[in-house]
Amino acid sequence: MPPPDFLLRYFRKVLAGACAMICTRLTLTRWLFGLLAAYVAAAALLIAMPHARAQSLDAALAHFTEDSFDDTDQGIQAVVASGSPRASAIIQALSDGRLAYDGDKKKIYIKTDAQVLDAETGQPVTPAPDNLDTVRLNNRLRQAVAAALGGLTLMSPDRAARLSAAQAVFKSRDEKVLPVVEAALAKEADAGIKTILAQTRAAILLGSDEATEPQKVEAVAAIAARGDQDALRILNDISADAPPAVTKAAQSAIKSIQNQLALWSAVQNAWYGLSLGSVLLLAAIGLAITFGVMGVINMAHGEMVMIGAYVTFAVQEMIRAYNPGLFDYSLAIALPLAFLVSALVGILIERTVIRFLYGRPLETLLATWGISLILQQAVRSLFGPTNREVGNPSWMSGAFELGGITITYNRLWIVVFTIAVFVALLGMLRFTRLGLEVRAVTQNRAMAASMGIRTARIDALTFGLGSGIAGIAGVALSQIDNVSPNLGQGYIIDSFMVVVFGGVGNLWGTLVGALTLGIANKFLEPYAGAVLAKIAILVFIILFIQKKPRGMFALKGRAVEA
Amino acid sequence: MITAAFVRSLDRGGMIFLIVLAAFAFAVPFFNLAFPPGSPLHLPTYLVALFGKYVCYALLALSIDLVWGYCGILSLGHGAFFALGGYAMGMYLMRQIGARGVYANPVLPDFMVFLNWKELPFFWYGFQSFPYALLMIVLVPGVLAFVFGWFAFRSRVTGVYLSIITQAMTYALLLAFFRNDFGFGGNNGLTDFKDILGFNVQAQGTRAALFVLSCVALAAGFLLCRAIVSSKFGKVLVAIRDAESRTRFLGYRVENYKLFVWTFSACMAGVAGALYVPQVGIINPSEFAPANSIEAVIWVAVGGRGTLTGAVLGAFLVNYAKTFFTSGMLAPYWLFVLGALFVGTTLLLPRGIVGTLSHWRIARTERKTAAAAEDSVAWAVPRAAE
Repeated sequence: MPPPDFLLRYFRKVLAGACAMICTRLTLTRWLFGLLAAYVAAAALLIAMPHARAQSLDAALAHFTEDSFDDTDQGIQAVVASGSPRASAIIQALSDGRLAYDGDKKKIYIKTDAQVLDAETGQPVTPAPDNLDTVRLNNRLRQAVAAALGGLTLMSPDRAARLSAAQAVFKSRDEKVLPVVEAALAKEADAGIKTILAQTRAAILLGSDEATEPQKVEAVAAIAARGDQDALRILNDISADAPPAVTKAAQSAIKSIQNQLALWSAVQNAWYGLSLGSVLLLAAIGLAITFGVMGVINMAHGEMVMIGAYVTFAVQEMIRAYNPGLFDYSLAIALPLAFLVSALVGILIERTVIRFLYGRPLETLLATWGISLILQQAVRSLFGPTNREVGNPSWMSGAFELGGITITYNRLWIVVFTIAVFVALLGMLRFTRLGLEVRAVTQNRAMAASMGIRTARIDALTFGLGSGIAGIAGVALSQIDNVSPNLGQGYIIDSFMVVVFGGVGNLWGTLVGALTLGIANKFLEPYAGAVLAKIAILVFIILFIQKKPRGMFALKGRAVEA
Repeated sequence: MITAAFVRSLDRGGMIFLIVLAAFAFAVPFFNLAFPPGSPLHLPTYLVALFGKYVCYALLALSIDLVWGYCGILSLGHGAFFALGGYAMGMYLMRQIGARGVYANPVLPDFMVFLNWKELPFFWYGFQSFPYALLMIVLVPGVLAFVFGWFAFRSRVTGVYLSIITQAMTYALLLAFFRNDFGFGGNNGLTDFKDILGFNVQAQGTRAALFVLSCVALAAGFLLCRAIVSSKFGKVLVAIRDAESRTRFLGYRVENYKLFVWTFSACMAGVAGALYVPQVGIINPSEFAPANSIEAVIWVAVGGRGTLTGAVLGAFLVNYAKTFFTSGMLAPYWLFVLGALFVGTTLLLPRGIVGTLSHWRIARTERKTAAAAEDSVAWAVPRAAE
């Protein structure tokens, strides 16, 4: 059985993404690619289009000296048709705005950073001519250039170059490149590229007046197989006076594509919801622990998240200053540091303030609010009130497409990271001595104390643990949110909602709470807008608490009432 | 009989408070109006507005103290009731602008013209009438509080959970009022007021009158709260605060008591907001911010919860400190001070200023009585031993 189509498409997109990244970052590489592609493309074109030799490169280049868009257009076609090994380099230079002409001598040059090359021979010209004008492009010509470049690189031996060329040609759908596409299609061995080329051919045929009716019906089927917005656009563009068989096929194809897209948008909402839910979970999980054990709502919890984010910022600044090569590891370095700093601040708060307020949860709430104000202002004094820039390491930037949805790497990593933190915490509570004691204190403080557990110590450690987790949440959130002194404030109310919704003393409750709220929020958003969705969620929680005053997964037993 | 209840409820502290408030209500407009600007005895008009603002805050603090200090309901959303009262007043003031707005539309407020609205939304009907606006000032916060409390108290949501959902309530309102299509001016809120009952809101005399009115409202609120907490009803409230389950077991319908005092408190907060808006000249969604509501709670804590005079005193002190700090070069340190107030009050002064003072007094009297009793006991014991 062949691998499913979306998997193939996914790998293709990943490769294309990687290639595009290299190309944009390294001009030199692109230059080399271009040269390489040019030689091979020329060779292939010589075989594919024998008549192309008729025009010489010299004559083709002459078109560029006229400084008129129409002539330039003819020039582009002529250069492509010339089959010269220089064609690719010339078109590439034109596309980059490096192609220049000398109006008097009627000569064409390619400007590079250091020198000026003769476009025809590729040899440096000394002394460099000084009265050069750049060959100008307009939007129409830019399309033609893109198509021409695509056509030229369709024969490249490099798979990634061919792939991006095929995609470029598909985007432009220029009728003039049809022969090139067909030639490339005949030679292409790679199934993925072949599909794109076939779709390109189909798209061109659909728009062409010369294609026959069966050809067009076949083309509709080929396009429909693509199943994305591009396909929808192409099918919608089919003129109404097309043969009835074609329009009928197009209509049913449009319908099935729309169904498919609706399905994908549901999947996309689910993914966004999962992503939001994991962010909420990350922010709330530490709160759930401290609330569960001490019955204390720590209003300064958001500030622990903020501290984690600022630790990340500080670490990145150090790395930038002393060892830029380590930048990709900055998050890994920041994680333990953020945990430590936040945990220490948390333990300090517990030892100096909260432990004097046990049994008075409302006062604790006020005192921790005060602490949050102090922490915010402290950070504002230290780092300034504006947003600080925290960079994404390379492995967290970019995105890939999975079927019909785009997944950014930072979101993906945050989901993965959240799962890891959750599992680690669950394991810690389940299998370690500290976890056992924490659970005992959560369930029945007096009984746990009678059994010899030093509850005061457990309180301090739990508070440190909860704060530390908030700190590493801050590391993750620094990747998707603005790092400012107000960072914590943005999460604190949402985190409360998750905790009171999920129930206290039960991590699974927090998990279900966070994911439910995240997904519900994202599914409401398309209908109600972001703000109304949030309001709806808040109202829902207020009503939900009436029904279940202790959350979804409340602890049972007499101890809870105390 | 009602007068008797008021008089009976007044202890010495209450009398002192009312006398000070009356003196304040007289002195501020007097020094503002009787002396021309430039005279050393003249009180600038901006200070009148500032003090008026404090008085409104004091009324808000009183309403929070009633539910928190006497009934144990820590509301982190009282700012919502305050702001709703303020919006009701703001809507009246907006309608009074009439055709004097930038777009000179006789009916629609400027922001609606700007948003290209063709007619007044139904919830703006009637606000051109002052009595209707007055009704809404009390009714809107009252109804919201009643509905909210009806659900919350019946299902016995208490403690931290209740605090959190009150916060969620005000947060939801904050988000809603920020929306332009909600019909309350969005981000900018309501401002550029011209007249109140035909008087120019900017005028010196109007400001003085508003100030006196605020003081009267504060005194009335104080007397009402005093009457409530010193009645039998008030004793039940305190019982609920100290041991809710026991009170319920004794046969009291706890949720009804809570619902009444909660709704009453919300109405008071609404009145405070309504008096606040014409003196400040603007109402916008930031009044709904949860941080504002929590800040109001700290006024009560500083002054002393469970003491009505303490709530008022706390509101004055904290807000004066805020003005002092945020208006000078000390501005960056205000949040440190406020944060330290939260921490310090809860740790070191849990009874607040007034609470601690009266606690000392009671302790001293008790010591005296105890000493006196001991004397008599010391005198009595040997005889008993004989």
